[in-house]
Formats: sequence, structure tokens, C-alpha cells
Amino acid sequence: MSEAAQRMGGERASVASLWRRSSRIDARYLIAFLITLVLVLAQLRFHMVGGYERLVIALGVCVATEALLSWFDRGHVVNLLSAYISGISLTLLTKPQGGALWPFVVGAVLAISSKYVLRYRGQHLWNPTNFAISALLLLAPDRVSVLSHQFGNDFLTNVVIWSFGLIIAARVGVLHITLTYVLSFLALSSLRALVLGEPIAPEIAPLTGPMYQLFIFFMITDPRTVVRGKRKQIAVAIVIAVMEMLIRFGADRSWPLPTGFNAAPAFYALAIVGPVAKWLDLRRRPVKQPVASPAAEPGSSAAAALVSRTPS
Amino acid sequence: MAVPFVAALLVAATMNRGPASAAADAAHPGFALEDETAAIGIDFVHHRASFDPKIAGIEPHVAAVGAAVSVTDFDGDGWPDLYFTNSRFGAPNALYHNRGDGTFEDVAAAAGVGNLNRPGEGVSMGSIWGDIDNDGREDLLVYRYGYLSLFRNVDGRHFEDVTASAGLHRWINSNAAIWLDYDRDGLLDLYVTAYFRDFDLWHLETTRIMHNSFEYATNGGENLLFHNLGNGKFEDVTDRMNVGSTRWTLGAASADFNGDGWPDIYLANDYGPEELYLNDHGKRFVLSTAGLEAESKSGMSVALGDAFNRGRLDAFVTNISERGYIFQNNNLRVNEMADGGKFRNVAEGAVADAGWAWGAQFGDLNNDGANELFVANGFISASRQKNYWYAMSKIAGANGRLFEDAATWPAFGDASLSGYEPSRVYINRGAAGWIDVAQKVGATDSYDGRAVALADLANRGAVDVIVANQNQPAIVYRDVPDSANHWIAFKLIGTRSNRSAIGAEVVIEASGLVQRRVVDGGSGFASQNDRRLHFGLGRREWVDRVIIHWPSGQQQVLQRPAIDSFVTVTEPGATR
Repeated sequence: MSEAAQRMGGERASVASLWRRSSRIDARYLIAFLITLVLVLAQLRFHMVGGYERLVIALGVCVATEALLSWFDRGHVVNLLSAYISGISLTLLTKPQGGALWPFVVGAVLAISSKYVLRYRGQHLWNPTNFAISALLLLAPDRVSVLSHQFGNDFLTNVVIWSFGLIIAARVGVLHITLTYVLSFLALSSLRALVLGEPIAPEIAPLTGPMYQLFIFFMITDPRTVVRGKRKQIAVAIVIAVMEMLIRFGADRSWPLPTGFNAAPAFYALAIVGPVAKWLDLRRRPVKQPVASPAAEPGSSAAAALVSRTPS
Repeated sequence: MAVPFVAALLVAATMNRGPASAAADAAHPGFALEDETAAIGIDFVHHRASFDPKIAGIEPHVAAVGAAVSVTDFDGDGWPDLYFTNSRFGAPNALYHNRGDGTFEDVAAAAGVGNLNRPGEGVSMGSIWGDIDNDGREDLLVYRYGYLSLFRNVDGRHFEDVTASAGLHRWINSNAAIWLDYDRDGLLDLYVTAYFRDFDLWHLETTRIMHNSFEYATNGGENLLFHNLGNGKFEDVTDRMNVGSTRWTLGAASADFNGDGWPDIYLANDYGPEELYLNDHGKRFVLSTAGLEAESKSGMSVALGDAFNRGRLDAFVTNISERGYIFQNNNLRVNEMADGGKFRNVAEGAVADAGWAWGAQFGDLNNDGANELFVANGFISASRQKNYWYAMSKIAGANGRLFEDAATWPAFGDASLSGYEPSRVYINRGAAGWIDVAQKVGATDSYDGRAVALADLANRGAVDVIVANQNQPAIVYRDVPDSANHWIAFKLIGTRSNRSAIGAEVVIEASGLVQRRVVDGGSGFASQNDRRLHFGLGRREWVDRVIIHWPSGQQQVLQRPAIDSFVTVTEPGATR
């Protein structure tokens, strides 16, 4: 074996070793790291937050609501990492009219309280941020939007977020959901473009926007709200992509859809399909409560990961 | 558990309706705006351009500008005249002469400034007036998507094209230009902004003509600064003076923002942050970090005015808002340059959202001593059933290389994009903030407004509003302010400064009221206001003191000038 080949083999071994060592890191921290990376990158390069008071309010209300409701619900305060992730997601996605701060308060309360109210057999059905954004866009479209910032339409930023996102998705065990959705989106968007006689590039372009990056790395893959079993997860991801295609087809044909459906088709596809799939999943197979994580709380990524991996 | 959840849902639905107090606060605005366009003989209709068929898919977008208006007194009779630009080959620009009897007549053709939209030369996008040779007659610069044109006012009735001899025969796809005397030599210099790079939009060799980012694009055309040499010629000093921004500038205005006596330049850029170029004693400009770089939006125009009667010129920059899709929000930037070297954005509530806002101007429409804001808006009004915002949302997040190519955009067809938006008229109600009273006062049009200019067209102590609408008729609103309020207006004549007094700043002090205005060399979007400065006084029956900061650097103080009248002030000292 040549020296170069030996060196290459050694590098592969060290990468594999690093990957194994990373498995000891709690998945919650990896997801929290990724959302923090997105936040820092978006703010430092593109001033995306639009005012640190927004971040403070969204994070503060998410954490406070989680602490309060979990104490009422369980008698103790659960791990707050899930609330942290929701708070940052809301900060990045919520773009209010004027300098209004109330959408961050209301969005945070909606996100966290939905986990405690919209439940079936002890499990919540909607990804918290997905529910909050969808509700805000439906109820207050004159005051709230989601598309005001775009990461500068910058290639390098996309590369960084996608790279970290894919690695962490693989580590957390949800890469198959991400890839299934992305491939389905690409295929169905191309199909829709062909049917409509439109160029394909604009149809697949949304994938590089911040809304979709948050969607594919934090919403559709939320382990707590996905169904159990890899095949079912893949099937649901495809159905979500199909639902999105239908919404987009309606928008293409100027159907009188609520504005939010046109502005954020992926969010509504998940908001419609996700809970139904989860409900069917729970109805057929009662959830085994995780025993390995006494501190598990609704929406916790690690707890959810345990649930999602519970042998069927 | 359900209580906070249900409460949050209810709050969201309730907040969507907006504050209930706004309607009550709008009850007594103290003025009315009456559409008198037809009655005074203004019949101008703007026609948009058509470009190379290679970009036909997004032509409605590319050709959605060009309706512009500027105010002048080209014949020196003391009555403000109006110049509108058109943008279709063969469609003439219009120079409306104010007869002084409440009517206007179009004399553009006779004056030689009508037929300016010709193949090979481009189509008009706007104009500015200023006395470039200090002969007492207002000269005209027309900027195009095409070549600049400079017209010397020969005798108050006819104009001579002096573009070539002035050294200004330059192709620049421009949406704004301003006069300023950056070196205080008493001669008006010219700053012309660029939007697209210097493509011939009728004979494109590439379709990669668009911006490469919706937020931080720097691939626009280069803004140019021309120094007036005083012998009828201009010299390109862009590089030497460091003002060659290649952002996609749509609006420009000049004033001495930091109080050092030298005129600075404020730019509103589409697809990028605003820019403030501070004038370093006429030697060069320095791009300031005045807090503007932290927000990247879609700057459509910049208007200057004393928003809160602090004796400083603040900046109002319009942006894009569309329900559910995007709230970039307008910026009302309070000038804190003298204290902290910053502009601070205080736009909240209604004033932040004027839809797809274009031109705006500050003016005291009710003569109460505080500025109102008139904002024109609406981008493309076409089919009421088809909305391009959905298509826009698809490409907005894409990599810049994709939408830089006009050929990859979804075709517009007959879709609207923020169309049929009602104009906004904001009054400042203190704790209630700026509230929209447009419908209440009679500004009920929903044209695709572009340029807004203010002028006292009948010399009666009221600020009339002229709006140039894209591909639609122009509109003139007659201002009817509260008759119990007083006013004062100043006509300045420069001697050591440029004769038009462009850049002069006037501060009045009247029983606690302090307010500043600047003689306009071009501002808003593709517009220029009456160069006479109008101040409302409310019930105040005298003005204590007037301080005039002339562009030459001189300061002049007037005591107790007569109110409810036009005060003509000639700069002290001999002509240079």
C-alpha cells in the first residue's frame, strides 16, 4: 500500500471515529447547534433578525410558556431545548408589519401551547413552529409575513447550512425524511412545470431559500411529530410533497386560496398532512412511553428520537 | 392549558384588524385634497416603454417606471409650472405652463422639450430643473433609460439641447438625478444614479441584466457625479469623489445631514441597503456607516423633511409591503448625525406599511406647523384575478445567478403585482403615531403612483400634490388647509451660491415651533418639489426668527418676517 493510500485510509478512519464519537452527543444539542448556526450566520451576514428585541421576546416567551405549562401538566419543568429551537425558528420566520412585537409573543404562545392542547394519546400532532406560523398567516395575514429576508440569495450561505444540516440530519437519524422530501419536491415541481409549460428553474428555486431550509431541517424532520418507522416516514414525506404540489398547482391557477397558502405552501402541506398521519399512526399503534429519558417533554428532539426509534 | 392557546388565537385574529383608535384619530385631519386635474387642464397620461422581445416575459416589471414630475418656474413669472415625462417611443413629455389663472397649457413642443422619447436615444425616466449657468433661468436635465439630455433655458420660452457641448452625452439607465453644489463653488453639479447597467434595453446581447440578489445586489449601473466647470461643461468626477455606487439606486436626495456645512448624498437602493455619502469638505465623499447598512430592503425613494420639528432633516425611505408575503416596511429615519452619527429608524404601525410604496414627500398640508407625508404606491395593476406575488415568492429565495437572468423568471402575462393600491396620506398624531387619512381627506385614487411633487400651484399658501402615475393619467390634488392656520413661504435667490439656491436650508422659529426645510434639487422618486419653501404655522401669528444656511456657507438671519405671504430673500454679498 502506498503512503498516500495509507494516509487516505487513516483519514477515513479518523472521520469514522469522529462520527462514532458524535453519536455520544445528545441529538437535542446537535439540532440546537444547527438552528443557532443558522441564526448567527443569518444575522451576521444579512441582519436577518431585524432587531434583537424580537429574539429576546420569542425566546423568552417560548421558554416561559414551556416552563409554565409543563409545570402545570407534569408537576415539573421539562428540558427547555425544544422551546429554544422554537423561539429561534419563530424569530427567523416571523416578519411583522412595522415594528410590531406582538406576533412574537402570540406566535411563541401558540407554538408551545399547541403541544399541550392539540394532543392525541399524550402526543402532540403539529410541529410547534409550523403550527404557529401557519396559524399566524391564516389569522393575521395583514400583519405577519414570512418571506421578507432571503439569506442574500447567497450560494456560500446555502452551502454552509445545507452541509451542516445534512450531517446533523444523518446523525439524528432523519436524513431519509429530508432527502425523500427534497427529491419528491424536485420531481413534482419539474412535473408541474412541464404540465404548466413553465420553466423548471423557478419551480425548484425555493429550495435554496431560508424558509425551506428551516422547513426541511427543523419542521418536517421533527422527530416528535413524525410517524414511527422509516418506511412510513418516507411515505408521509412523499404525501407532504404531493400536498404541496396540489397547493402550488392551485396557486398557479389562481385559485382563491388564503394568502398564506400561496406564500408558504410547504408549511401548509405539513400542517395538513403531518397531524393526520400522526393521528393515524397513534390510533393504530399506541405509543410506548420512553423510559430512558425521565426529563422528556413534548417536542423534545431527543425524547422524540427515542419514541421514533421504539421498535414497532 | 387551553386558555393561553385560545387567547393567542383570538389575539392574532383581533390584531389583524389593526388598532381601533386609528379611525377616531383620523376624524379631523384639518385639510382636504380635491382632485382638480381636469379642471386646471392637466391631461397628461403616461405610457410605459417596450423593450427587446428577449425580456418580454418580465417586461411589465422592467418597464414599470418612467412616470415622473418636476416643478419649476421656467418662464420666471412667479407661477410654478410642471414637467411630466413619458416613456414610450413617440409619446411626448409635457411642460405645463401655469397661466396664473388656475389653468395650465402644455407648451413642451413649442419649447423644444416634448419629443424626447426616440429610438436610439432612449425613453424618459425623470427630470430635474436648476440654473446651471446662473443666468436667472431654470435649465432642464432629462434622465432616461438611454442618453442624458441637458437643455439650456434660452429665453424663458425656448430650450437649447446642450448635452454634447456640456460633455454629458452618456448612456445611463437612470431613475434619479439631483442637483447639488458639492464643492460650494456657486455652480450646480449633477449626480445621476443608475439602475440597470448601461445596456441598450432595446438591443440586448444578454438577458443577464437583472439583480443578483434581492437583498445585497451590487451589480447595478454605476452612479455618476459631474462637476460643473462653469464654462458650460461638466466633468465626470465619480471616481475622484468616491461616489460610484453600483447598487440599484432608485432615489437620491441631498442635504447637509451632519451640519458641517457641506451637502451630503442619501441614496435609496432597490435590492440593497440605503447609502449615505458624507461630503468631506468638497474634496471627496465618504460612505458613512450611519446605521443604514443593518437593514437591507427595497428602497424606492427618499424624501427629506423635519418629521418631528427638531430643526433637522430626517429621511423617509419607501419600501415594499404585501400582506402575507412580505413586510419590508418603510423607514422613517430620524437624523441623529450630529449627536451619534446615526439615522435611527422609528417607523412603526401604519406609516411603515404603504403597500408597494414609491414616491413620497413631506409637506404641511394642513398648515398646522407639522409635516404630513403623502405616499404614492402600487406597482402593476393588471388582472384583478392574477397575482404575480406567488411567482415572485418562488424566485425570491433562489440563488442570485438564477434570477439575474431575465429569461428564467416566470412570465408576467397579465398578472398584477401589488396593483390597485390606494395612496396614503399620513398625519402625525403624537402618541397615536402616524395615521393614514387618505380616504378621509379625499386622496381616493388607486393608480400605480410613482413620482410625488409638492407645490403651491396657485400661490395661496397651500401645498398642492402632483402625482405622476405609471401608464396612467397624472393627478393633481388641490390642498384645502384649515383656513384659520397661518403660513409663510420663502423664495431664495442665490448670489454667491447657485442662483436656484438648491441646497439652501431654512430654519424657522415661531413661538416654540422649530422646523427646517431644504431647497430641493431632486428627491422622492423621480421628482422635484417647488423650490420655494412653505411652512405652516398653525395659529401662531408671527415668526420670531428665520435662519438661512446658504449653500455657499453663509448664514443669514431674518427677524419677524411677514406671515401669510411669500418672502423673497436674496443672498447677501456680490455674485461670484
